[in-house]
Amino acid sequence: MAHARRERATSANSYGRYVAGRVAQAVLVVFAAYTASYLILWSLPGDIIANITGGDATDLTAAQIAQIRHQWGLDLPLITRYFDSLGHAFTGDFGRSFTSSRPVTALIAEALPATLQIATLGFLFAVVAGSTVAILATRARSRWLSNLLLGLPPLAVAIPAFWLGLLLIQVFSFTFHLFPATGNFGPQSLVLPAITLGIPTSAMIAQLLAQGLAKALDEPYSDTARAKGASPSRVQFRHALRNAAIPALTVSGLVVGTLLSGSVVTETVFSRIGLGRLTAEAVSAQDLPVVQGVVVFAAVTFVVVNLLVDLIYPALDPRIITVAPQRRLVLKGA
Amino acid sequence: MSEFALVRPAEARAVDATVADDSAEQSTSRTRFVVGYLRSRPGLIVSVVWLVLLIAASVVPTLFTATDPLATVGTVRTAPSAQHIFGTDQIGRDLFTRVVYGAQLSIRAAAVAIGVGLVVGALIGLIAGYVGGWVDLVLMRIIDVLLSIPGLLLALAFVVALGFGTINVAIAVGLTSIATNARVLRSEVLKVKHSVFVEAAHAGGATPVRILFRHVLPNSVIPLLSLLALDFSGAILAISSLSFLGYGAQPPIPEWGSLISGGRDFLASAWWLTTAPGLVIVVTVLAGNRVARAFTGEGTIR
Repeated sequence: MAHARRERATSANSYGRYVAGRVAQAVLVVFAAYTASYLILWSLPGDIIANITGGDATDLTAAQIAQIRHQWGLDLPLITRYFDSLGHAFTGDFGRSFTSSRPVTALIAEALPATLQIATLGFLFAVVAGSTVAILATRARSRWLSNLLLGLPPLAVAIPAFWLGLLLIQVFSFTFHLFPATGNFGPQSLVLPAITLGIPTSAMIAQLLAQGLAKALDEPYSDTARAKGASPSRVQFRHALRNAAIPALTVSGLVVGTLLSGSVVTETVFSRIGLGRLTAEAVSAQDLPVVQGVVVFAAVTFVVVNLLVDLIYPALDPRIITVAPQRRLVLKGA
Repeated sequence: MSEFALVRPAEARAVDATVADDSAEQSTSRTRFVVGYLRSRPGLIVSVVWLVLLIAASVVPTLFTATDPLATVGTVRTAPSAQHIFGTDQIGRDLFTRVVYGAQLSIRAAAVAIGVGLVVGALIGLIAGYVGGWVDLVLMRIIDVLLSIPGLLLALAFVVALGFGTINVAIAVGLTSIATNARVLRSEVLKVKHSVFVEAAHAGGATPVRILFRHVLPNSVIPLLSLLALDFSGAILAISSLSFLGYGAQPPIPEWGSLISGGRDFLASAWWLTTAPGLVIVVTVLAGNRVARAFTGEGTIR
């Protein structure tokens, strides 16, 4: 009894230490991503004055240029500007857009909901399509069908997203007139962008899950279940799938990153308003503050999602409860 | 070479012995093995042939077409036919010719991207893996940070910093692939580093640089080749995406991504303008991935 209590106490303690370590690491990565994107964007060659004035700066007088430089703080050394912007970033201020002079944070906040809509739908599509392919491939009786299904994910990742979007428009908008080709109007306009966005992710999920299922079905616990008379479906869904799904969680950060960067191409193809379109336009206008804002936003999202996965992982997989000194999860008895 | 000869793996000595014994028989059995290997992999043959043709097209486009990619040679937007197998575009240029010349720009851009990504990435991976200690720690943390930014967004940030145009886009794509390349090379180096022949070279007094380039690198060649093929596919996809978005080649110069972008306004009336170059991209990427798999996923020819 006393022994059990002591064990629980150490386990809670080590989980606390594990959480603290992970959070510290996440903060460090976000800070480093901010620094990296700042250095890439602001220290490399490129005529910043021309970017701000939107074109060529040749007809400006020296005084005007000096004034613009002062206004945007460009007369200060890079290192001073960096620490200054870092201080502001801590309060959620990522500067103002060169082109619209509006705060970057506001621009991102306005563009986000439209992107979240297609990203959420795309993600749901990816989970359904990906797991369907994986489950059918492991259950298919004929080797031929199984190979065909397993060939789909590699094909899906070889198709450029922008071309896939155009193909979908060609078939479903222009040939069958099922969905609108472009725009942000109504739920109908969400379908094709969501599929375009979800396909690469579905390939990732299908590949991971198919591997996991094949492995899980070979495990002794699946044999035990079969020996006890469980039907193939029961073994598949009740035993194998639950074990195969957990490792798939570890790619969540990657999935979010894929969806975010996929929105740049998808929203351009379907002429939709959103974060991706904001990014594409900011790149075209070389609007440095907006581009940096989006990059940092993506890095923060990636890090937060990975952090959440790391924190809930031990709860989902009871085998992983001990924490090694290096703050790394270890498999007990593995 | 001397310290390499000092201690060699037993298999190498055995192979040497057979070669010395009966080199003729050895070579026929090797030929038979290669033929058998390829025969059971038709997809690999098709992939290699496709890539060779592409590279040929990018070096000498006139091998495949005698038409000028910028000249109007037919009526506007005619569907694919025997005369124009990919059809003609909105101002009557031959689309097949434009795709062939597009290969020139796309393949060259991919080569630049691979050059930047593989050289810098491999160098970082080699140094991190070989030197170890705090150098490894610092380099790998930098790599982690690069990996926390989604690939396309990182490439876009580099494009903004470098400016537009095909070469800048290619460099940006190459810089983005550094992180993955460095990781793969580092893990390879760690594998080779503790092998007997490297330790023997070290004991024989070889300098670290010599060990690195003479012993470690040659033994990481197979994974490096696989990485090269994967990087090629990735670069083709990324460069065409960035060109599609309008940051790469500017019209009328043909490039695969910008060809598709140009055909976008004629989706309903001229499907071939987007379909043909798109299919070429897909086949190229699949071919690159297939070759990459030949180096890793299945038994390799050694």
